[in-house]
Amino acid sequence: MTYIIQTTLTLGFVYSLVALALFLSYRILDIADLTTDGCYVLGMATSVTCAYYGHPFLGILLAIISGAMAGFTTAFLQTRLGVPSILSGIVTNTGLYTINLMIMGYSSNIALLKKETIFTIVKTIINNSWSDFLIVMIIAIICMLFMLWFLSTRLGLSIRATGDNKDMISASSINEKFTITVGLSLANCFTALCGALVGQMQKSADINAGTGIVVIGLACLIIGETVINGRKSIKRNIFAVLVGNIIYRFIYAIILQTRIFPIDFLKLVTAILVALAIAMPTLKANFNIYLRARKEGGNVKN
Amino acid sequence: MLKIESISKTFNPNTINEKLALNKLSLKVDTGDFITILGSNGAGKSTLFNAISGNFFVDEGRVFIDNDNVTFVPDFKRAKYIGRLFQDPLKGTAPNMTIEENLALAFLRAGKTKSTFSKISKNDENIFYEKLKMLEMGLEERMHTKVGALSGGQRQALSLLMATIVPPKLLLLDEHTAALDPQAAEKVMFLTKRIVEENNTTCLMITHHLKQGLHTGNRTLFMSDGKIILDLNEEERSKYTTNELLEKFKEGANKELDNDRIILSE
Repeated sequence: MTYIIQTTLTLGFVYSLVALALFLSYRILDIADLTTDGCYVLGMATSVTCAYYGHPFLGILLAIISGAMAGFTTAFLQTRLGVPSILSGIVTNTGLYTINLMIMGYSSNIALLKKETIFTIVKTIINNSWSDFLIVMIIAIICMLFMLWFLSTRLGLSIRATGDNKDMISASSINEKFTITVGLSLANCFTALCGALVGQMQKSADINAGTGIVVIGLACLIIGETVINGRKSIKRNIFAVLVGNIIYRFIYAIILQTRIFPIDFLKLVTAILVALAIAMPTLKANFNIYLRARKEGGNVKN
Repeated sequence: MLKIESISKTFNPNTINEKLALNKLSLKVDTGDFITILGSNGAGKSTLFNAISGNFFVDEGRVFIDNDNVTFVPDFKRAKYIGRLFQDPLKGTAPNMTIEENLALAFLRAGKTKSTFSKISKNDENIFYEKLKMLEMGLEERMHTKVGALSGGQRQALSLLMATIVPPKLLLLDEHTAALDPQAAEKVMFLTKRIVEENNTTCLMITHHLKQGLHTGNRTLFMSDGKIILDLNEEERSKYTTNELLEKFKEGANKELDNDRIILSE
């Protein structure tokens, strides 16, 4: 049980970084950023390769910078070259596959056996089985507080308005191209940071590790929002990111532990969870109408 | 103040939907002018506003603001000195942000002294409070309400405040009261006149209300087919009756003023 709780919390906190990124791109900017999958692996590849050569901390830093570059590329395609937003993410994502392979020295996976990572370094200092959790928790909370602060600054407000009302932006002194670029670059910093941390934590990088990350991130975001009614305010929404991730990772850990489903089913279970989470408000509304119609004697079938 | 030299704009060129929306239009606006613009649907009134604010670049001709050639300056840069209101009250404000946050965005235009990462200060809040109080809608007590929860009239009044909180050199009003109920429309119009007078703002206003057009401001333009066909100053326009004006319009445009949307009555 302790194991389940520990994994749930550790993975919940670390993957909340991806959901935080999607909160910025999908919720705030209203752009479905499909760079996410490739960017996650980009962060992972960069950080693990650096750790392999003995620079775990530099690896994290470089991963964040590389994430910003990936986000910038997507934004550049979209704002300066007129590529539709979804397509520009896909284009960057496709290109990243090769770049990730290059970073990993044209091998599809790297293992960090007996190499130092930020997690092993911290473990030698505090020597506690919760040390991994402590690291990711502190980093995730810093990122969330940063996001909360950032979105209340003048630049943050401009980014929020960009996603909120296109007409208003075109008549205002806000440069949409700039705000989208900043927003997507920042979002992908978080995604890459997540990949970087996960890579060093599990001591390996795999070229296909990113498959489905964007869907899982969205699932967590939406689950959280549905559970705690997270769209009321920015503060609540950022908290919902964390809640959603912990719930999702708990279900994930239970499935892994109890084997109610074969592990190969995980992606399908994820997809169903996402669909359900997104459909929840509609289902709820329909069900309420159904109940009222039953009670008040209206015709239910249409 | 504003000088437009023979601008043209064609939409969908070389297609079956080709439309010459502005046809070698020229216009000179003096500082402090309050000009009303009347014309049928499709006369090019909104297109003229889009050309002035830089939503697109004109095909030919030049646009000057205070003797600066801004013909190729993008819209967000021109927005530093042009304020704009649309017919649709939803277009001027961000619904998922609070009243205070919306005003803070508008206040960005004051710019320069404010750093990118600064937050809304106590001082800003006080300014917003005083400005909102002027609207007499009680919005100053609801600064942390999301704008999406406000009525159309309230949103348009807020848009007006946002467009003028840093007084613009030029204010463009595109039928900004047409979508409001009569009471709200009157209120917004009253506020508009007051704010424009207070700051002596140069202002262009599109309207479909003939009487309003002729009794507001100091000059009235009639547009048809992408051209200005009648340009009357205060003295000239007061000499004519409504019917004589419609007759003159017919002469200039070679067609009747499309009555569907023009409100001729009191």
